Amino acid sequence: MVDLGVSIGNLKLKNPVMTASGTFGNGSEFEDFLDISRLGAIILKGTTIEPREGNPYPRMAETPYGMLNAVGLQNKGIDYFEKHIYPQVAEYDTNVIVNINGSYIEDYIALAERINKLEKIPAIELNISCPNVKMGGMAFGTNPESAREVTRAVRAVYSKVLIVKLSPNVTDIAAFARIAEEEGADSVSLVNTLLGMAVDINTMKPSLSTITGGLSGPAIKPVALRMVWQVARAVRIPVIGIGGIMSERDAVEFFLAGASAIQVGTASFIDPQASVKIADGILNYLNEKGFSNIKEIIGLINR
Amino acid sequence: MPKRIEDFIVKENRQINKDFFIVELIGNSYMPAMKPGQFVQVKVEGSPDTFLRRPISIHDVDYDKNTIKLLIQVAGKGTERLSNLKPGEVLNLIYPLGNSFSMPAERSNILLVGGGCGVAPLLFLGKYLKSNGYNPEILLGFRNANRIIEFEEYSRIGKVYLTTEDGSVGEKGFVTDHPVLKDRDFDNVYCCGPSSMMKAISAYCMKKGITCEVSLENLMACGFGVCLCCVVDTVKGNLCTCIDGPVFNIKELKW
Repeated sequence: MVDLGVSIGNLKLKNPVMTASGTFGNGSEFEDFLDISRLGAIILKGTTIEPREGNPYPRMAETPYGMLNAVGLQNKGIDYFEKHIYPQVAEYDTNVIVNINGSYIEDYIALAERINKLEKIPAIELNISCPNVKMGGMAFGTNPESAREVTRAVRAVYSKVLIVKLSPNVTDIAAFARIAEEEGADSVSLVNTLLGMAVDINTMKPSLSTITGGLSGPAIKPVALRMVWQVARAVRIPVIGIGGIMSERDAVEFFLAGASAIQVGTASFIDPQASVKIADGILNYLNEKGFSNIKEIIGLINR
Repeated sequence: MPKRIEDFIVKENRQINKDFFIVELIGNSYMPAMKPGQFVQVKVEGSPDTFLRRPISIHDVDYDKNTIKLLIQVAGKGTERLSNLKPGEVLNLIYPLGNSFSMPAERSNILLVGGGCGVAPLLFLGKYLKSNGYNPEILLGFRNANRIIEFEEYSRIGKVYLTTEDGSVGEKGFVTDHPVLKDRDFDNVYCCGPSSMMKAISAYCMKKGITCEVSLENLMACGFGVCLCCVVDTVKGNLCTCIDGPVFNIKELKW
């Protein structure tokens, strides 16, 4: 029997497959398609203190092997989350992680404090890499001092597993990973979307209302993989790989490059069962290669 | 109603006119009940530019034959690929998605208004209304006589009023120019077509106090309420076209 279990800090995952924030709703949207308990963890849609309407339509443009989005953290806020979403996700037989966002450091602190009190939420993903908001988001994740400050502030109030989600829109992502590690993060997840844009040649206007948006999908996989490899060599905390993972083959590339777990994102839009298929596929791969434990292949190319 | 992911087999792909095709698909297992206004998300294989699924209205359903029809207008690479489907090919669908048109009060005077590819959900709706004892009438607008889609099919449901932009058949002009809108009092209007047409029909219905529902075609990635890309501005804030729609009462929309 192959052991797929991995740990992120003191959080035990039954397998290394998570779903990326913003691509899995609150999980309930997928109940017709898959058994959520088969996933290592689910990461919920980004939450802010206040309800947000997000950016105006159009917010999405398809690009070769990928898509741009400029949703802008549309969500109903933490009060709604506590009252309506938490009771429902608390029932899931998997780790439920909340992705938190803010315009100011105080927002992140307030969110972390409130979520720390929720018994069935064992971890948060600190999102300092959203490219689609005017304030906060990626601004925190592309400036080393801000990244340090927000991670330190959240760590001070949050006692459970802290994952910092990094932006790829920087020159040296490993430097940001080291900052997260130094400030006490249990893990880093990467990459968030790459800043991009598209222009509609018929209307002769930008395809997105915000002009720029975040690129995701297989188009970004080689970039994400390179960054995961760089970060895995730079820090001792576990690295969670994200970026264009569509199949178990993609996932295995990330493990070999040093990721301890992976997140399935955009793939879930096209095949809502992608995450569990990838979990099954990883198991088959390890079996075929004669490994008995996923940990045997994590970072194998770096040894 | 549970959503499914299933492979369908192409039974027939019939070209209606230059840009329009009707793809008839047969299910491998018995299809669940579907409602008029709902749509499917079609996976288009084989090109880097058709990475996401394509949302397509359910044009017609035959539960006895276990078939579903999709009206495809060639508008880009995805729909071009779909227009080339051959009998026997496999097409993967996520379905049924979205809400549906609401049923009118008994004995209501009903008008279905469609333009171009927007006529797609109205065939299923018209048949459904007719089988539930209503007598809908239908107003269809096309660019010219060569672009008319399935006139006979709609005629079997009820009286069809036609407009063409060049006057080659029916009344000349847009659907909003048709005299039936002036001459008659309708209780319910159901509309699908280009957004300029839906806005004009909305304005007409608002003015006359007619209950009106429109079916929107926003760009979407997932189709089941996750990506939040297909939002429309409503009196309740941004709502997803894919789960809160595609059918909206015009009173909800901030047009």
